[in-house]
Amino acid sequence: MPYDPSKPLQDRITDIGPKNYEEFLPPVIKKNFGKWDYHEILEPGVLVHVAEGGDKVFTVRVGGARLMSISHIREIMEIADKHCGGFLRFTTRNNIEFMVDDQSKVEPLKKDLLSRKQPGGGFKFPIGGTGAGITNIVHTQGWLHCHTPATDASGVVKAVMDDLFDEFTSMRMPAHVRISLACCLNMCGAVHCSDIAILGYHRKPPMIDAEVIDKVCEIPLAIAACPTAAIKPAKIKKPDGTEAQAVAVNNDRCMFCGNCYTMCPAMPLADAEGDGIVIMVGGKVSNRISAPKFSKVVVAFLPNNVPRWPETTDCIRKIVEVYAGDARKYERLGEWAERIGWEKFFEKTGLEFTHHLIDDFRDPAYYTWRQTSQFKFTG
Amino acid sequence: MKHKTPLLDQLESGPWPSFVSDIKREAESRTKNAKGVDYQIPVDVCDDILGVLELTYVHKRTHWKHGGIVGVFGYGGGVIGRYCDQPEMFPGVAHFHTMRVNQPGGKYYSTEYLEKICDLWERRGSGITNMHGSTGDIILLGTHTPQLEEIFYELTHDIGQDLGGSGSNLRTPSDCLGKSRCEYACYDTQALCFDLTNEYQDYLHRPAFPYKFKFKFDGCPNCCVASIARADMSFIGTWKDDIRIDQKAVAAYVGGEIKPNAGAHSGRDWGAFDIQKEVIGLCPTGCMAWDGKKLTIDNPECTRCMHCINVMPRALKIGKETGISILVGAKAPILDGAQMGSLLIPFISAEPPYTEIKELIEKIWDYWMEEGKNRERLGELIKRKGFQKLLEATELEPVAQMVKEPRTNPYIFWKEDEVEGGFTRDIQEYRKYHLR
Repeated sequence: MPYDPSKPLQDRITDIGPKNYEEFLPPVIKKNFGKWDYHEILEPGVLVHVAEGGDKVFTVRVGGARLMSISHIREIMEIADKHCGGFLRFTTRNNIEFMVDDQSKVEPLKKDLLSRKQPGGGFKFPIGGTGAGITNIVHTQGWLHCHTPATDASGVVKAVMDDLFDEFTSMRMPAHVRISLACCLNMCGAVHCSDIAILGYHRKPPMIDAEVIDKVCEIPLAIAACPTAAIKPAKIKKPDGTEAQAVAVNNDRCMFCGNCYTMCPAMPLADAEGDGIVIMVGGKVSNRISAPKFSKVVVAFLPNNVPRWPETTDCIRKIVEVYAGDARKYERLGEWAERIGWEKFFEKTGLEFTHHLIDDFRDPAYYTWRQTSQFKFTG
Repeated sequence: MKHKTPLLDQLESGPWPSFVSDIKREAESRTKNAKGVDYQIPVDVCDDILGVLELTYVHKRTHWKHGGIVGVFGYGGGVIGRYCDQPEMFPGVAHFHTMRVNQPGGKYYSTEYLEKICDLWERRGSGITNMHGSTGDIILLGTHTPQLEEIFYELTHDIGQDLGGSGSNLRTPSDCLGKSRCEYACYDTQALCFDLTNEYQDYLHRPAFPYKFKFKFDGCPNCCVASIARADMSFIGTWKDDIRIDQKAVAAYVGGEIKPNAGAHSGRDWGAFDIQKEVIGLCPTGCMAWDGKKLTIDNPECTRCMHCINVMPRALKIGKETGISILVGAKAPILDGAQMGSLLIPFISAEPPYTEIKELIEKIWDYWMEEGKNRERLGELIKRKGFQKLLEATELEPVAQMVKEPRTNPYIFWKEDEVEGGFTRDIQEYRKYHLR
């Protein structure tokens, strides 16, 4: 019996949660669950895990665009049916993994994956993303689905991954490099804790839509949404001459975070020239050697130069090249920058150090200034 | 194609999979409709999504209206409403709501399951997805309001599958692949994730919190699901006893028979493996030694950072007495700055039925639901009220592991009952001995 809109609560099933993952485990995974002995990366994109009893599972990892059609998913399924007994998985960075239980099945799978191209010549299933390379970019909705972005997500990611493609399919970095993107500073995803982070940012205060603000906003929420207390209650004159309760924005205190717009539809701030990209570097989440680190702002603004964001791809390429050439084995980008000192990071990368990069947000800002005479002279 | 897209067309070249080519493929598939699908939303939805995105590239400003409140009866979340701000130009995406579907543990799938999701989404949605959303959900991207109940009905009745979370509630928990395919996993991340997701279905579907709350489950301190940065409560696997050393395998690494770090650096010549330089010298606590024959680890000094195990996975194994560290409060910058999780529980057992873990979760929720301000994340509540208040609420004793360092300022609060004689004093009594 189908859904009956006249009796919406009839036959309603709720609170059943996700499917049990055990239904979806390939037989070799199910059999050796919790009994893995060791693993090896046989080549970029290809892993083998060996179980205590000697069973092996070979994994071929391929890049995913994250945004994908059901036609593409059906093609993934076709591959999984043909080579992997109808099982597959996705990674926490939105790559796709195909698993087989015998080495002889790896080459045919790889050949099949690499033979599949898009009309523009791109790979549908590029193999890579393992070891000390550059894997998929964790990213957000951008202009495709969100109302608060300051940049696109899918377009920027495509541009950057095209530029860094050779690093996806190789393992020549000192350590793995995690790049992520968020289209506004809500930072959905991993921008605050990535080796390199691309962040959409505004540079103009919100406009106030006097005609509707008193109807569509809960004013106290908009006021409470501001981290710098730049918003206060104020009367506003509507276009029809009447007065309404609204807010006033102190432009000198506004740093364009956009959180008031999140709370109040009458305070839009997106702007073609004002909006663009901030680059952050040096974050990590693993506890390996050093503790997890936040990423730090190193480029305060790059323009939204559609459709390929050349300033952004050039900047990231430059950071990656200098890091790859200078850092020690196992050293994450943030560990390298801290070891050589941030002044050396700017010297080596040639990035300009501007006043925007000096923290000025509340008490903790002080701890980011330099309370020591230890520093290096740079040219 | 229905709309000209000269800017987006430039994103069809290059080696990385192009989302533009993929959406065009779906648009063509819908136009052709080889299977005779009875499409429930406009056939040209994919054409219109490309059209509106192209216009966005021209204007460099999003063309989605603010907000959008839609959903299914019985639930307060799970669907993100979205409306185009040029509905006449792009009627196919006048409504373009997202449905979050709770993914399975480790994101393992059978094609049989995915086929059902694809069939449902082809008929009732745009055919566009995100695999996956950052929190973990399967994202079904783009449908119209009247389809929401229909989709939910078919999801639950035909596929046995529920929605994920959105709003001020428990969001969809997610995990690293854990014991399914990793020798580092210190507990069964998938089992705990599945158990807690089911235990707290009500909190997930019906927002009852001051703000959002996320769980993530990492099997070890490598943090492959980034719980320490992206979950209000992060569950990170660890162990209490000794790292297990296979000295023969260590010798094989030193002898060059096994590649360090499982071969992760093989794209470049880093020279022969040097255990002194690459392992002993990089250990953050300096608790390892290599005398040319034998590797020793002073385990009580080890902080379980995983480096040596990551470099020599065939020789070094996690301990056998395993469990979880629990860290709390991670969040993105809004409002008062980004936070990573702070250590609350150094070690807790991770065996079903997870009673101790659930008791802790519920104590934290009781405290935050009572004290948290509107749209205040747990991490911000802890900052505002102090870590000590969280300890009181969770009935935990303070231990030195909870801090990176003791406080530097002496602005120390004492409770009245900790101080002899209490706080109520008589100035007259004081003046008897101290003339004004």
